[in-house]
Amino acid sequence: MPKNNENMMSVKGLTKVFKSGVFKPQYTVAVKDVSFDIKPGTILSLIGESGSGKTTIGKLILKLLKPTAGQIYYKNKDVAQINDKKEVKEYYKKVQGIFQDPFATFNPLYRVDRIFEIIFSSFGYDQTNKEERIHKVLNDVNLNPGRILGKFPHQLSGGQLQRLLIARALLMDVDVLIADELISMLDASTRIGVLNLLVDLCKENGMSVLFITHDLNLGYYISDYTLIMYKGRLVEKGDTKKVYQNPIHPYTKMLFNSVPDIGRRWDKEEEFLPEQVVDDVRKFYATNQGRGIEEIEEEHSVLFSLK
Amino acid sequence: MRENILEVKNLKAYYKILKGQVKAVDDLTFNIKKGEILGLAGESGCGKSTLASTLISRKPPLHHISGEVKLNGKEIMQIPEEDFKPMRLKNISLIPQYALDAFSPTKKIKTFIIDLVQEHGIKPDREFFDKVKERLYLVNLDPSVLERYSIELSGGMKQRVIMVISTILNPDFIIADEITSALDVSSQRFVATMLANLRDEGIIGSAMFITHDLSILYQIAERIMIMYAGCFIEIGPTEEIVKNPRHPYTKALIASLPQVGIQYQDKKLSGIKGTPPQLLNIGEGCRFRYRCQYADKQCEISPVRERINEGHYISCWRWKELGSDNNA
Ligand SMILES: Nc1ncnc2c1ncn2[C@@H]1O[C@H](COP(=O)(O)OP(=O)(O)OP(=O)(O)O)[C@@H](O)[C@H]1O
Ligand SMILES: Nc1ncnc2c1ncn2[C@@H]1O[C@H](COP(=O)(O)OP(=O)(O)OP(=O)(O)O)[C@@H](O)[C@H]1O
Ligand SMILES: [Mg+2]
Ligand SMILES: [Mg+2]
Repeated sequence: MPKNNENMMSVKGLTKVFKSGVFKPQYTVAVKDVSFDIKPGTILSLIGESGSGKTTIGKLILKLLKPTAGQIYYKNKDVAQINDKKEVKEYYKKVQGIFQDPFATFNPLYRVDRIFEIIFSSFGYDQTNKEERIHKVLNDVNLNPGRILGKFPHQLSGGQLQRLLIARALLMDVDVLIADELISMLDASTRIGVLNLLVDLCKENGMSVLFITHDLNLGYYISDYTLIMYKGRLVEKGDTKKVYQNPIHPYTKMLFNSVPDIGRRWDKEEEFLPEQVVDDVRKFYATNQGRGIEEIEEEHSVLFSLK
Repeated sequence: MRENILEVKNLKAYYKILKGQVKAVDDLTFNIKKGEILGLAGESGCGKSTLASTLISRKPPLHHISGEVKLNGKEIMQIPEEDFKPMRLKNISLIPQYALDAFSPTKKIKTFIIDLVQEHGIKPDREFFDKVKERLYLVNLDPSVLERYSIELSGGMKQRVIMVISTILNPDFIIADEITSALDVSSQRFVATMLANLRDEGIIGSAMFITHDLSILYQIAERIMIMYAGCFIEIGPTEEIVKNPRHPYTKALIASLPQVGIQYQDKKLSGIKGTPPQLLNIGEGCRFRYRCQYADKQCEISPVRERINEGHYISCWRWKELGSDNNA
């Protein structure tokens, strides 16, 4: 674990442009000039609309994609420089991801016990008390080892698979966990248990989590810092309480207004239009020309315009 | 009285595996009215997706055990596959939970759609794709997604494409399985509202909206049904289920919803203690009794479905004595 004031991970000016199509290439700017730091033992939530680049950021950190520009540092080491096989393996031992679609993650032909076996064999973990440790992490995520271990992935429900993924990451004792919509399929009651577990692990072991989510209430509940993305850019970031209590960017404001709240129905009159947001954001940038990213209070900054 | 689009009576569907039977849908009785959106909620693994598969396909190891299902007055559990096939997408359609996974990464979205609809005997001509494009626009997607590969789309984009495909034949009844769970709140609102709008405009008839997220059901469902460990718990008008739940499980579920503005360092929330029972070869009795603070001897016998009032039913021996206070 790095010293407390050191960053576990640091992202600077990260940009990713996708090119698709050979003859008539199309360019998608998925991530544009994104910077943030992850301190040890903290949880950052990354929130934003569909297609805003959240998963792409996760994949860049995990070296599943190459950045078009910008750098990612893990404990002050440039991740782009981690290339030889041994180093890459070491990196993956410490930086792990759990992605949006639990069904695609597991090999459908492997039983659950095999999935855990593979972790031990391919990452060369210490094998002592292996069984006991597997049982412990399964219990931690509220899965019964006796029932789960002999099963194939397709015999499990969506939520059971997601918890299995979490158990796997816990077993690996990682430094940084990228959790992409990790709890999206869990009901409220199961979710809270998993989240509490995640928080405890962060606070006790100094693990850091980049928590990609769409659930603002849960984001508020567990994260120390909040990052808001809109169209590939980080439009607002900072201390969770500050961002939630004083949202400035029009996208952030809209987001907080759309949270489905039980007991209060969506306003039918104020029909929700994505174009409206586009328009509001455009106006906001126009009236704040030349300002760029500004810190409006300690640990809270906002993108006022595209310079 | 409105007619029913779907009538389910004492439906049982089990997974038959080597070790026995996984009783994932065990004695469900409910109706869905024409034009209604019924919400279905319950803990992870309680059988929501199994109910959806039972209604639409029943591939082994999932087997229909007993009970009947009528779609538009016509019994559908017993009819042969060749008669049922033309009904899919048109009379009954499913937006599956694993939608994100349904696309082959090596196929263009367009090719995927062509293959799929041809399988259902539909000609993917110009007119068809004009309609697809129109619908894509409705879900805020650019028609150019048709020319892209699935790995090039974000999770939410794929979800919306699936939604368009599943509704393209204006089905009488659609089952939407966790279609909003991978979406950001603004897209959630958009997709949920769109489903309701499609219904209002008569493009789709009725819907069963499966989610673990009661706050979304509150927005769009007329009634909500709650399941627990394969069994029926409670069904009733949305407002009653949310504000005046009667079953101890429904009460606990509502109470564990994330409240706005709480941080873990200030107050640690907790869920319902314990885990759901194993469904493999499970025996008699109320399945929630192991976690229920009100359980007694009688709960070792399976509770019967009782009527509370018009449209509100419950399966709990003790609901009358417990009353309607919401402090479970
Ligand atoms: N491999 C790829 N090739 C081309 N474009 C891509 C690729 N992967 C992602 N994109 C595009 O990059 C943008 C950002 O996608 P990303 O998956 O990061 O979004 P997201 O914020 O995770 O969205 P969601 O909430 O829907 O999961 C989208 O416009 C998407 O179409
Ligand atoms: N092919 C299968 N063979 C045996 N058991 C299965 C199979 N598919 C699902 N099950 C079991 O049936 C139960 C119900 O699963 P189902 O997928 O219907 O749950 P769900 O309510 O949709 O959960 P989630 O909210 O997590 O998606 C689970 O206990 C699951 O493990
Ligand atoms: Mg994503
Ligand atoms: Mg399911």
